[in-house]
Amino acid sequence: MTILVIAEHDNAELKPVTLNVIQAATDIVKSAGGEIEVLVAGAGCQAVADAAAKAAGVSKVLLADSAIYSHQLAENMSLLVTELAANYSHILAPATTTGKNFMPRVAAVLDVAQISDIIAVESADTFKRPIYAGNAIATVQSSEAKQVITVRGTGFDAVAAEGGAAAVEAISFAEDAGISRHVADELAVSDRPDLTAASVIISGGRGMGNGDNFKLLDGVADKLGAAVGASRAAVDAGFVPNDMQVGQTGKIVAPELYIAVGISGAIQHLAGMKDSKVIVAINKDEESPIFSVADYGLVADLFEVMPEFESKI
Amino acid sequence: MKVLVAVKRVIDYNVKVRVKSDCSDVDLANTKMALNPFCEIAVEEAIRLKEKGVATEVVVVSIGDKACQEQIRTALALGADRGIQVETDQAVDSLSVAKLLKAVVAEEQPQLVILGKQSIDSDNNQTGQMLAALTAMPQATFASELTVADGKATVTREVDGGLQTLELTLPAVVTTDLRLNEPRYASLPNIMKAKRKPLDVKTPDALGVALKNNVKTLKVEPPAERQGGIVVASVDELVEKLKNEAKVIG
Ligand SMILES: Cc1cc2nc3c(=O)[nH]c(=O)nc-3n(C[C@H](O)[C@H](O)[C@H](O)COP(=O)(O)OP(=O)(O)OC[C@H]3O[C@@H](n4cnc5c(N)ncnc54)[C@H](O)[C@@H]3O)c2cc1C
Repeated sequence: MTILVIAEHDNAELKPVTLNVIQAATDIVKSAGGEIEVLVAGAGCQAVADAAAKAAGVSKVLLADSAIYSHQLAENMSLLVTELAANYSHILAPATTTGKNFMPRVAAVLDVAQISDIIAVESADTFKRPIYAGNAIATVQSSEAKQVITVRGTGFDAVAAEGGAAAVEAISFAEDAGISRHVADELAVSDRPDLTAASVIISGGRGMGNGDNFKLLDGVADKLGAAVGASRAAVDAGFVPNDMQVGQTGKIVAPELYIAVGISGAIQHLAGMKDSKVIVAINKDEESPIFSVADYGLVADLFEVMPEFESKI
Repeated sequence: MKVLVAVKRVIDYNVKVRVKSDCSDVDLANTKMALNPFCEIAVEEAIRLKEKGVATEVVVVSIGDKACQEQIRTALALGADRGIQVETDQAVDSLSVAKLLKAVVAEEQPQLVILGKQSIDSDNNQTGQMLAALTAMPQATFASELTVADGKATVTREVDGGLQTLELTLPAVVTTDLRLNEPRYASLPNIMKAKRKPLDVKTPDALGVALKNNVKTLKVEPPAERQGGIVVASVDELVEKLKNEAKVIG
């Protein structure tokens, strides 16, 4: 069997989560044999394909390079992927906002169920996935002829980014569904690491009081090379933009160190960060549920302790 | 313009679910159920479109056993005009739901279908996209802003990198994210009025859809518990622990 992994990228760079998805594919191959191919669909994305070709375990890279794919619109991605689907037993994409957007469309066209957000491979047709905001883990077995799967990056280690030497093959298929149009992007620009790739994250919640006070976290983030995240309440209140939200319905993260500042620890927030290796909670209310998952809790007013914390690390 | 909103009955978001001791499923006996929060946002958005004079009718559809009529009534109390229940007591997967919704779309011919981006029970995030595929409609998932004019929907989406704006040719499918709106509360008079609003019951058979479920749940387990941690007394102690015990900072 052959597995197709759909690469996450921004036309310039292969996103690291792709390497975690290739690991999930590798786990399937380990149990059932087969090859792993990667699809890079974008515009002016040769460099991405070249990077994917070096990833460990990849036997071929398919490059669909056309203006039609510049924003990976779901309608056009699903036309492309379903066109290629006949060759594959499994189609895998990361459970990012891009993968979540087009993969169910692919599954429906193929008339198969999709398995979302897997965190472990048990066999070629059996997977584990969190449900109910991660408060339960389901083991599911699919009897579909083809598996369409999104993969939670934090569930799998990344394969080596270097060492492979797969061939890159250009794909000529390029069809525009013509029913949707990209108008604009308003993307966050930051010198900090991506939340989903950072090894240290410091997040602020409603307790931060306003957006300006996130400066208290920025200082620590600068010193630790950390990404800055937030709770939903902080995003809803307009303190920080939506791309910083960690949680069930935001980004799922599992860094080496997660520092939660002024966050109460609602189920939905915990769902996005409780697999972090070490969790620190700084909160003035000792009853806050965040302390139940914290390795180190500091009961204190964040405005008093954050400057001191920054100066001492 | 008619707007169709699909809604789901799920566990209340404040309830922490428990796994049954035989690991066959989660235990939903006697748990508080509610309208899925993202579906509530979808209903609210449709009602706002009607209040703006963009939509002329808001139809709400839910798939499930009789109990889901409660959630349809909730949506009617918020301001939807009429309800449709597709009655089944089977557990249906997203693809089957999308097929049932496709059949409802064929009957109702809405210009816009709004759904929640995910239900907080199965956390699948699939149905809207699948419906869009089956009906060959364009889609905008994770919407935080929606305007409809001149046969187009302009939708701002919450994506991992920030925000993205798309323009869709109607009819189209939109799925909601948290920031699209803040749902209203139903007033008591509206709750009373909702009881008299029309609610049609249909069956999958009548809609010509054969339900299948090709993904079997073998077991459901609680997640790994985290070891309890400690409370530190000072910033100094915290820094010392992070350096020397956890070894996560230099
Ligand atoms: C469908 C749905 C999806 C959701 N998805 C998400 C999600 O993805 N991510 C997410 O985060 N939430 C999500 N939520 C929201 C979640 O339920 C909580 O409302 C939210 O996480 C609360 O954010 P918070 O902890 O910042 O705010 P609060 O719960 O208000 O907590 C603020 C905390 O700050 C502390 N504090 C205040 N002042 C200080 C101070 N000076 N010093 C120290 N501590 C202080 C308080 O003690 C309190 O514990 C979702 C909710 C729903 C219904």
